[in-house]
Amino acid sequence: MTNSLYGRLDDVQADAGHDPSHPPRKGFFTDTSVCIGCKACEVACKTWNRLPEDGISLSGMSYDNTRALSAETWRHVAFIEKPVHPTTTDLGLPGMGPPGFEAYESGVATAPAAEDQGALSGDGSIRWLMSSDVCKHCTHAGCLDVCPTGALFRSEFGTVVVQQDICNGCGYCVTGCPYGVIGLDENDGKAHKCTLCYDRLKDDQTPACAQACPTQSIQYGDVDELRERADARLAELHAKGVDVARLYGRDPEDGVGGNGAFFLLLDEPEVYGLPPDPVVTTRDVVDIWKHVGAAAATMLALGVASFLGRRQS
Amino acid sequence: MAECHPVGFQWVMEAKRRGATIIHVDPRFTRTSAVSDLHVPIRAGTDIAFLGALVNYILTNELDFREYVVAYTNAATIIDETFQDTEELDGLFSGFDEDSHSYNPESWQYAGADEAAADDDGADGPKGDQPGEEEKETHDSARAQAMGSGGPSVPHKGRRDETLQHPSCVYQVLKRHFARYTPEMVQEVCGISAEQFHQVARALTENSGRERTSAFCYAVGWTQHSVGVQNIRTASILQLLLGNMGRPGGGIMALRGHASIQGSSDIPTLFNLLPGYLPMPNAELEQNLDHYLERDEGKAGFWGNSRAYMVSLLKAYWGEAATADNDFCFDYLPRLTGDHSSYQTVVGQIEGRVKGYFLVGENPSVGTSGGRMQRLGLANLDWLVVRDLQMIESATFWKDGPEIATGEQRTEDIGTEVFFLPAASHVEKAGTFTNTQRMLQWREKAVEPPGDARSELQFYYELGQRIREKLKDSTDEMDRPLLDLAWDYPVEGELREPSSEAVLREINGMDADGNPLSSYTQLRTDGSTSCGCWIYSGVYAHGVNQSARRKPHWEQGHVANEWGWVWPANRWMLYNRASADPDGRPWSERKAYVWWDEAANDGAGSWTGEDIPDFIADRPPHYEPPEGAKGPDAIGGSDPFIMQTDGKGWLFAPAGLADGPMPAHYEPPESPMRNAFYGRQNNPARKFVDSRHNPVHAQGSHVFPYVFTTYRLTEHHTAGGMSRTLPFLAELQPEMFCEVSPRLAAERGLTNGGWATIITARTAIEARVLVTERLRSLRVGDQMVEQIGLPYHWGSNGVSTGDSSNDLVNLTLDPNVFIQDKGGTCDIQPGRRPRGPDLPSYVEEYRRRSAVDEDQRSDRGTNP
Repeated sequence: MTNSLYGRLDDVQADAGHDPSHPPRKGFFTDTSVCIGCKACEVACKTWNRLPEDGISLSGMSYDNTRALSAETWRHVAFIEKPVHPTTTDLGLPGMGPPGFEAYESGVATAPAAEDQGALSGDGSIRWLMSSDVCKHCTHAGCLDVCPTGALFRSEFGTVVVQQDICNGCGYCVTGCPYGVIGLDENDGKAHKCTLCYDRLKDDQTPACAQACPTQSIQYGDVDELRERADARLAELHAKGVDVARLYGRDPEDGVGGNGAFFLLLDEPEVYGLPPDPVVTTRDVVDIWKHVGAAAATMLALGVASFLGRRQS
Repeated sequence: MAECHPVGFQWVMEAKRRGATIIHVDPRFTRTSAVSDLHVPIRAGTDIAFLGALVNYILTNELDFREYVVAYTNAATIIDETFQDTEELDGLFSGFDEDSHSYNPESWQYAGADEAAADDDGADGPKGDQPGEEEKETHDSARAQAMGSGGPSVPHKGRRDETLQHPSCVYQVLKRHFARYTPEMVQEVCGISAEQFHQVARALTENSGRERTSAFCYAVGWTQHSVGVQNIRTASILQLLLGNMGRPGGGIMALRGHASIQGSSDIPTLFNLLPGYLPMPNAELEQNLDHYLERDEGKAGFWGNSRAYMVSLLKAYWGEAATADNDFCFDYLPRLTGDHSSYQTVVGQIEGRVKGYFLVGENPSVGTSGGRMQRLGLANLDWLVVRDLQMIESATFWKDGPEIATGEQRTEDIGTEVFFLPAASHVEKAGTFTNTQRMLQWREKAVEPPGDARSELQFYYELGQRIREKLKDSTDEMDRPLLDLAWDYPVEGELREPSSEAVLREINGMDADGNPLSSYTQLRTDGSTSCGCWIYSGVYAHGVNQSARRKPHWEQGHVANEWGWVWPANRWMLYNRASADPDGRPWSERKAYVWWDEAANDGAGSWTGEDIPDFIADRPPHYEPPEGAKGPDAIGGSDPFIMQTDGKGWLFAPAGLADGPMPAHYEPPESPMRNAFYGRQNNPARKFVDSRHNPVHAQGSHVFPYVFTTYRLTEHHTAGGMSRTLPFLAELQPEMFCEVSPRLAAERGLTNGGWATIITARTAIEARVLVTERLRSLRVGDQMVEQIGLPYHWGSNGVSTGDSSNDLVNLTLDPNVFIQDKGGTCDIQPGRRPRGPDLPSYVEEYRRRSAVDEDQRSDRGTNP
C-alpha cells in the first residue's frame, strides 16, 4: 500500500504540495562508527538554536548526561558501554546500565577469560558505542500527520518543522512520534524539535551540528546522495570484516518510508535506544477511516433499514 | 587524544579510514580507545617499562631501520669508557652524587671528548644546569655537547664504528641497557599481557622501513611524571630506531594542553627561557654577553649563530639604547639565581619570600597539582592580580576556598589584596595562536571586548607605560631597563589597543632601515638587525602577515604550506633531510618528501621537495665539512639533525639530561609496587617540594592501596573557568565523578551514581561514582592493581561545582622540567567526605595511620 501516509514516497516535498522546482530533500547521515562522543553537535545545536540547559545532574549512565531528546535537546549523544564476552561472575552489584545489558542488569561483571590475562576484564571485553541521535525527519512523519493545527509542516527541503506561533500545545505529536523525539517545553507549553536548522538551510548553510562535527560522523547533504554514501560506507566496513555494521532508517520501504536523518550503527538499534522496526503511527489511518466509513455506512444502512422495516411491518 | 583533542583527532580518524592501525595505550578505556583498533591498558607511570621493552624487541630481533640508524643517529658513536650503566650500578648511571641527588654527566660523553675539549679554547667546564621546557632540552643538550665533545679539529661526530659492533658504541650500550626490558617484565610491571605486547611490537616493526612510518601522539599522560622527560626520550629512541623521524607519517606529536601553549614556550612564559629557546642568563656564570654566548657560539649547527639571535633580541627589547659599547644592554636582563619554577614559587609564597603574583588565564587553585599548597601560597601574598574571563576560584579562595570551609583559614586573617581584571577572550582580540605543529595562525578580532575587559597585550602595555611614567624622572640605574624599553607601538580602535600586528612585525625582525626580514639567516651580530624571536623570523616576510594566509588545501600541494606560517622558515616538518636516504634520494616513492635534485641550481644541485628543506639548500648529500668549520658550515651532508652539534639523532644523550643518558624505569613517587627492574625505587634525581603540606606516601602503603590518575574530559576546559561557567557545557558533565572498576566497587562497596570519598595524605575529596568496565583491574605480577580515574575540572565556582582532584596530588618533580606526577596512591571509601573541621582531622587520622608525617623525608635513605 502506498499513499501519503505510508509506503515508499520519492518526492516528499511534492506530496506536501511544494512546487516541483523545490530544492532536493536534505538530511543527515550519521556514521556512528567514527563518532568520538565529543558532543560538539549538542553544544552547537543548543548555541545556534538558543535552547536552554535542561539539568545539571549526573545521570550515572556512562558519559551520557543528556539522557534523551526533548523540547530543549535536539541532539543527544548516547554512550553505551557494552561487554563483548560477558563471562559471568556475580559480584553482587546493583544494576546500573540501560536495559538489555545482561551484565549490567543482573549486576554481573566480566571476569578474566584466563588466569594469565593481564587485564582482569581482558582487552576487547568492552565496547563503548557512541551515537548522536536527532529527529529523523521521516518520510511519513507521525507528528506532522496528527497535528491538528498545522503547526508542523513539511518544508521545501523535505524536513519537518514546528511553528511555535501556531502550536497549541495539544501534545498529539508527542505520542505521534515513533522515536520519542518531539517534546513539549515546560515553559511555553509548545512542541519543539530539530528543524534541521531550517534558518541555516534557507541561507544555504550547513546545519550547526554537522558543521561542528570534527570527524564527519554527522554528514549533511541531499538525501539521495547521502544514501549512496551510506551504502558505500557500509560496504567498506563489511569488506573490513565489521559485520555488525548496519544502516538504520535508510530504507525508503520501511515503516516510516525511510528517514531524512538516518544512521550507520554498530549494533542492534535497541542497543542505542532506537526502536527496531518503527512504524508511522498513522499508517493505518486510511484503513481506520475506511473501516469507520464502512461502519458508519453500515450503521446508516441498518438505521434506514430499520425504518424501512418498521414501515413494512 | 579524542578526549582532549577532538578536533585534531579528526585526522586520526581520517588515517584510520585510509587503513592506518590505531593503537591506544592508556590506563583507562577512553573515547580514543573506543575507536582504536587496539586498546592496551597500562598501569599508570610504567611507560618506560613498556616502551623500553619495545626498544629491546627491536634491538634483539634486529628490526631497526639499519640504514637510517647508522647514517642519521648516534648509534655508531663510541661512548667514553668511564661510563657505567644502570646494569652495573643497580639503577644508577655513573656520576650520581647521593648528597645532592644529582648527576655529573661527564662520564656520559662521547669517547675522545677530553682531547677534543683540550683543543677547544672555548670550553671552560660545565656550567650550572638550568633545564626548562622539553623543547629547551635540545638547546641544553646542544650547549653541553658543544662544550664537551665537539672540537674544531676533531670531527664533531665523535669516533664512530658504523658496523655497530664496538662494545662501547651507542647501539651496543643501548642493547645491554634495555636487555632486561622483556615481555615478562611488561606483564609484571605494566600489567600488559605478553600477547598484547607482541601485537603492538609487531604492528610497529612491520610498519617501519623505506615504505612505511608510524607516528606517536602523546599529551600530558606522558609528560606529567617524575620521569616525564625520559618517557618522551624512550619514544624518541623508538622512533629513531624505526626511522620515523623527519619523515612523512612519522614523528612524535606533543599534544599541548591549551591553545598556543607551543607559543608560550617559543616566546616563553617560562622562568628559564628567553624567546626562541635562548637560555635566561645565569647570575653567577654569565656576567657579560661573551660569557653567555661562549658555549654555543661558533659550534657546529645552527646554535652556532646564537650571537646574532641574542643581539637582535636585545635590539628588539631596547632599540637605540642597545649598542655594541654597552653589550647591547645585556646587563638589563634579569638573571637566574636558581629554580624559580612554579612549585618553588609557591613554596616561596608560603614561606613569605614571594610577595606578589600575576595569574593570567590560569586557575592554580583548581588546575595545578597540590591545590591546597597553591591556595596557602595565594593567601600569604601582599597582592595578587587575576586576569580571567570569569571569577575563578583562584580569585575567591579568600572567602570560599576549601580551607575557609574547614576553618583552617579565616577570611579576616588573609592579607592578600586581590585585583580582579576582566580579560578579553580570543575572539575579542587579534593575534596569533601557535599550535603544536609550530604553526602560527592569525585570528582577527570578531567583536570588541565587553565592559572593562581588555586584551593581555593592552594590559601589559598600559601597565608598562604607567610604571614608566611614574619612573620617568628617576636617576636610579635600576630603572634604566624599563625606561629604555623600545615600546612605541601604534594604538588602534576605540579602546586604543596597541597593534598586535606591529608586535608581530617586531617579532619577525627588521633591518637597520626598518624593513622586515625574511629569514633568521639575515640576523646580524653587529646590532644592525632586531628580532623579537629568531625562530619566528619570516612570519612577516616581505611586509606580509604570513600567519594570516588562508589558502585552502585543495588549491595547493598536499603539505599545504601556504596556510598560516610554521617556524622555522615555514618548514612544516623538522629535520626533513632524513626523509631522503644518505644519497639524497627519497627512501621510497611512497614516502618522498624532500630530496636532492642534482640538476637544479645550474647543475650544482639543491635540496627540494614538497616542503621547505630543513637543511642548507645547496649542501650536497655527502658533503664533509672541512676541519675547523663552525656553525652551519660544520653540518655534514648526511647530518639531518641540524640543531645537534653532531647532526645526529640521539639514541643516547651524552649531555643535557638531569636524570641519565638513557631512560630507565623507576616507580612513580607513590606506587603500590616495588621497582622490579632495579634496587632504586624512584627516579634518583627527582626533585622534592619540601613542605609539611606535601607528604608523600610510602611505597606499598596498605592505607593508600589504590592508584589514582587525573585527567581531562572533552566537555570541560582545564580548571573549568571556561566550561563550568557555561550551562551548555556544564550540563554535559555536570558533577565531579570518579571512575572505578566493578571489582574495586565490590571491594569497597561503591555503587554507581552514589558518592565516594577519595583520600590521600594531602586531603580528601568527594565525587559521584561511575562503576565501569572501562577501568580495568590490572593483574600486575602476582598482585591486582586498581586504578581510580579522576577528572580534575571542578572547583567551587560556576554552574557546575565540585571538589578538585588536584588537591590530592603530591608534588615530586621531574628534575629536567620540574613537572609533577599526575597521579599517586589513595584510599577510596563509600559516602561523602566529612565537612568543616572534621575533614582535616579525618585526613590527619589517615596520616597517622600511614605514618606519613613531617619526618617522612628522613626515610629517603631507606627508600631511595
